[in-house]
Amino acid sequence: MLKEFRQSLLVSIWFVFLTFPLMVVRVNTTESIVEWRWMSLVWVAVASFFLSYLWRYMLARQQAKKKVEEEGVQQLSKAQLLLEDMTFRYKAMGVLLAFSLVFPWIFDTYQSTIMISALIYVVLGLGLNISVGLAGLLDLGYVAFFAVGAYSYALINHHFDFGFWACLPVGGVLGCLFGVILGFPILRLRGDYLAIVTLGFGMIIKVVLENWNEFSFGPSGIANIDRPGLFGIDMNIDGSTTYIYYIMVAMVVFTILITMRLRNSRIGRAWIALREDEIACVAMGIDMARTKLSAYALGAFWAGMVGVLFAAKTTFINPASFTFMESAIILSIVVLGGMGSILGVILGAFILILLPEYLRAFSEYRMLAFGAAMVLMMIFRPQGIISNIRQKYEYKGLKEEADNG
Amino acid sequence: MADKHKLLEVKGLTMDFGGLRAVDSVSLEVHEGEIAALIGPNGAGKTTFFNCVTGIYTPTKGDILLHPKGLATRRLNGLKPNKVTEMGLARTFQNIRLFPDMTVLENVMIGRHCRTKSGIFRSIIRSRGVREEEQQIVEDSYQLLVKVGLGEFANEFSKNLPYGAQRRLEIARAMATDPFLLLLDEPAAGMNPQETAELDQLICKISEEDRIAILLIEHDMKLVMNISNPIYVMEYGKKIAEGSPQEIKDNPKVIEAYLGEETDA
Repeated sequence: MLKEFRQSLLVSIWFVFLTFPLMVVRVNTTESIVEWRWMSLVWVAVASFFLSYLWRYMLARQQAKKKVEEEGVQQLSKAQLLLEDMTFRYKAMGVLLAFSLVFPWIFDTYQSTIMISALIYVVLGLGLNISVGLAGLLDLGYVAFFAVGAYSYALINHHFDFGFWACLPVGGVLGCLFGVILGFPILRLRGDYLAIVTLGFGMIIKVVLENWNEFSFGPSGIANIDRPGLFGIDMNIDGSTTYIYYIMVAMVVFTILITMRLRNSRIGRAWIALREDEIACVAMGIDMARTKLSAYALGAFWAGMVGVLFAAKTTFINPASFTFMESAIILSIVVLGGMGSILGVILGAFILILLPEYLRAFSEYRMLAFGAAMVLMMIFRPQGIISNIRQKYEYKGLKEEADNG
Repeated sequence: MADKHKLLEVKGLTMDFGGLRAVDSVSLEVHEGEIAALIGPNGAGKTTFFNCVTGIYTPTKGDILLHPKGLATRRLNGLKPNKVTEMGLARTFQNIRLFPDMTVLENVMIGRHCRTKSGIFRSIIRSRGVREEEQQIVEDSYQLLVKVGLGEFANEFSKNLPYGAQRRLEIARAMATDPFLLLLDEPAAGMNPQETAELDQLICKISEEDRIAILLIEHDMKLVMNISNPIYVMEYGKKIAEGSPQEIKDNPKVIEAYLGEETDA
């Protein structure tokens, strides 16, 4: 404690020295006098001391925690213990589901629209979580699959007049297909190289969409895409938004269910093993090519599906919606939420999408706050909001063990 | 000894890395029920030899033939590592390569992967067959953990295990692939004498109870001389001797190359 105190004191003196000409001395050129603002000196000293102390305190706390973990004791926070409790889990899920069902009736259309985009990112995050979080294949061009889905619906709807429900699976399958197409050339790559190639793939899709006018109508995009239909009933915008909202909720539930089952299956274990150690994984008899391709294809599938919904929601798409920034946000959702954790990714998506939305009042500072939050998060909780919890299996020996011990 | 079934036959295996010949026409045989050992000074090419046999490298020259009992002979050259494992040849690594963020049980369950077959769609639907297969994987894996003495650690993260236990977990994981030949790359490295003695027993147990032939690389002479027969000696990529422990101890070439330092001391 004393060490931290002394260091913080030094930091604050240093800051006072550095900012002295800026904060204290002010030359009034019209009256030719020098103002000495000693009060601001005090503020700088106090603020820098406080921040530095807090910083050091948090770092020390984290170090201590790490030490405990290295000694083999698995430290679980209270929240995680609560999550382990199955009855609590079911109750919480029930409440959340009920809340999400009445949501559009409590709040106005604006809120529903925001919630739809948050839910879209939840699905995107869960999809990317398969390739990045589970299989450990860093993908910086994930938005390309999203674009594939959106454009497949927009183009099919424009040329052939097929409806939303017919195109939803088509978008998913096309996303899948592109996942495999991208997957083949990068089977041998890993780490940084993989990231660069996927980044390139994301760029290629966007450039193609921007420049191939005959196919994609270029930067002007495609307008007047049909909203999802419900047995041919005419809906106004409010009704349609509510309808899309419900489709989105259903899709999120569907995605969670399937990704959860996949994660805890034989396939999911192979993905995680691939993430942990590629060579050992292959030596244990797992087909690397097949495992990687399936991870890519299944990750891309969700992006394709939700892309169709995105096109139907906005009724207008152009290549500007599918920039690298989107890929980066989706990746941040996965990293911030906790790699491989489904609940973490959902929380991450809500935080990253809803927070900037509700911080519009401070719109000038929101990207600044956003960036600072990310930096702090990575320093103090690098494993994400929810860290990796493994499934516990039931086996015959378990009961005897409990009896003996 | 001669009438025993030959499982692995390596003929004139050569591996070049650019201009460097890491393994130079090495021949070796492993028979049913044997615990064979491959020894030699550091950098002799033992691990490279293992990597060639298990498919991580494709050898420059030579043949690696596998004669599974009751099945046709297969040539392993250039096969992918997972195919080699599927054929019944499992390995461990010199520098431990577990899956650190998976539980001990899951590490072993990964080994069962190539012997089970639930696909993506069946896993999503989670039909009864899939659930039963899953439970079978769990039970089999747990039995293997008990066998290597790690039953109580089943739900720990594998990175939290002590070093010796991690080595035994690697063996359990390799055994989960149902091999008939197990390749152990320095299983006793970094172990204390007591742990080495336990490992000694474990290897003998695997050999006797499960009828799995073993080929091991080891530096711990006591362990090698205790349990293995025959022993193959490599130096600078070449095989310089083979024979029973006694023959190896008396072989002047081996003493010069490898044990020589011990007689000096």
